[in-house]
Amino acid sequence: MTDLTKLTIAQAKKGLKNKDFSAVELVDAYAAKMNEGRKYNAYVCETVEQARELAKRSQAKIDAGEGGNLEGIPLGIKDLFCTKGIATTACSEFLKGFVPPYESTVSAKLLAAGASFLGKLNLDEFAMGGSNETSAFGPVINPWSKDVPLVAGGSSGGSAAAVAAGMCAAATGTDTGGSIRQPSSYCGVTGIKPTYGRCSRYGIIAFASSLDQAGPIAKDVRDCAIMLNSMAGYDAKDSTSVKIDVPDFEKFLGEDIKGMKIGIPKEYMVDGMDSELSAYWNKAAEMLKSRGAELVEISLPHTKYALAAYYIIAPAEASANLARYDGLRYGNRVEGDTLDEMYINSRTAGFGKEVKRRIMVGTYVLSAGYYDAYYVKAQKVRRLIRNDFMNAFEKCDVILTPTAPVVAFPIGDKSMQENPITMWLNDIFTVSVSLAGLPAMSLPIGLNNGGLPLGMQIIGKAFDEASVFKTAFALEKDANFKGMR
Amino acid sequence: MAIDKETVKKVAFLSRLKIEEDKIEATEREFNKILQWIEQLSEVNTDGVEPLVSVNDCSLQMRQDIVNDGNLAEQVLANAPMKEYGYFGVPKVVE
Repeated sequence: MTDLTKLTIAQAKKGLKNKDFSAVELVDAYAAKMNEGRKYNAYVCETVEQARELAKRSQAKIDAGEGGNLEGIPLGIKDLFCTKGIATTACSEFLKGFVPPYESTVSAKLLAAGASFLGKLNLDEFAMGGSNETSAFGPVINPWSKDVPLVAGGSSGGSAAAVAAGMCAAATGTDTGGSIRQPSSYCGVTGIKPTYGRCSRYGIIAFASSLDQAGPIAKDVRDCAIMLNSMAGYDAKDSTSVKIDVPDFEKFLGEDIKGMKIGIPKEYMVDGMDSELSAYWNKAAEMLKSRGAELVEISLPHTKYALAAYYIIAPAEASANLARYDGLRYGNRVEGDTLDEMYINSRTAGFGKEVKRRIMVGTYVLSAGYYDAYYVKAQKVRRLIRNDFMNAFEKCDVILTPTAPVVAFPIGDKSMQENPITMWLNDIFTVSVSLAGLPAMSLPIGLNNGGLPLGMQIIGKAFDEASVFKTAFALEKDANFKGMR
Repeated sequence: MAIDKETVKKVAFLSRLKIEEDKIEATEREFNKILQWIEQLSEVNTDGVEPLVSVNDCSLQMRQDIVNDGNLAEQVLANAPMKEYGYFGVPKVVE
């Protein structure tokens, strides 16, 4: 029998329908892979028993010729999504033991579509990090590692690693500055951050609310479309989710890209860019060109300032969002003589280094006297960055860039540990898109000389995921990336 | 805009975080490095630019002002570190 964990969602759906295997067998196959892959530290909580129960129910529906878009498909859920009755920690000491009494909208929609959850996936604490090393459960190990353990990227490192190693059919991720796209690139899988407002943020533990957006990480472009079909949609419980029709994203796959204009931003050709990466970037552009797309040079002049603006806005919002962790209503309390001492003791014990750093930066830039100089200034630059994209999209339909400037690096890399800014620079190609709220997908384009995956990013206009999907689908065909083993 | 030890302590207190005495200097150095780096935004001419607060320019949805849940005290308290008589338990705040 074929290895069921190698099947894409589209293939598994067909196999379930044809009775080639059962939904329970599918869960069991993934459970066996989870056992084998425990060394990757991708799951922080396993719920295989519950998945098996749901699979039995799904099987009954499939047998009756019923069932949803994801009936019988076993998924992994980033531990930032609240799951009713299942521990949800944001991979923070502060929330260890927290069991949400409610379900996030996105995970509820996936359950309603017939999916089951194999468990909760590792991430950087409160999604703050680019290597999954800030997790209170320890780093995720990239399944592509050879001699030295490499990072899986972050913050959705557990999601990307689990998909790469066949430990779930697909996973949910969240992206604030690149947290879906960058780990997807490092782990050789496909992930899309949809337009801000496309998916509900209700029940997703908040990091930076004007940037946070949920999206899928999956084995290929089609699976991302299938997943996003079930995840997207307006939700009254999230006032920033947008009332706009959700098309069937799958139907755009295979559409001709002839005549499409592909923007190539000159500012992304940064000094000292890895030569293999720029070669792959050219190759990807040529692939699209040979399908009749037209390459257009575009300019995004404020790119250079995106990181600095991001590292003001995101910490500012984080410091406000994380003020709720006071040790009073949930999370771990550390007693003190006064109320203030109790707050301080609880927060000091509960938060890790990177989270504390960002809370303090955020508190500072919002404090009296600095608010205009830092926070308002960053918001103005944010508008200029968004305007850059709007101007660029007058000349092109989608934009093609690399996803990250480097491949997966070793866990505990000294230069990154010593200087937080070095780590933050890895977001250089992803943050502008987040600040502008646009949809963007990362898909693997090939391996570097060291055998590690490289990702390409396709950026679309707001709510035009359709163009992103059809371009990515064409590129995926030509890149013919094989995945692991 | 460089910051000093006193500012580090003040920001830590505003954040309700404690920094050990022997870590204050290192924090100050790191903080200054970060601030120096974000200082680059001052190069950008933002005269007359409206700050971008939200990427989607749609107004918030209105809803009827009616109760749509309730009787959830047990669930609300389910994760409380301390609870008594159906309330959150907190340290004494009035002397």
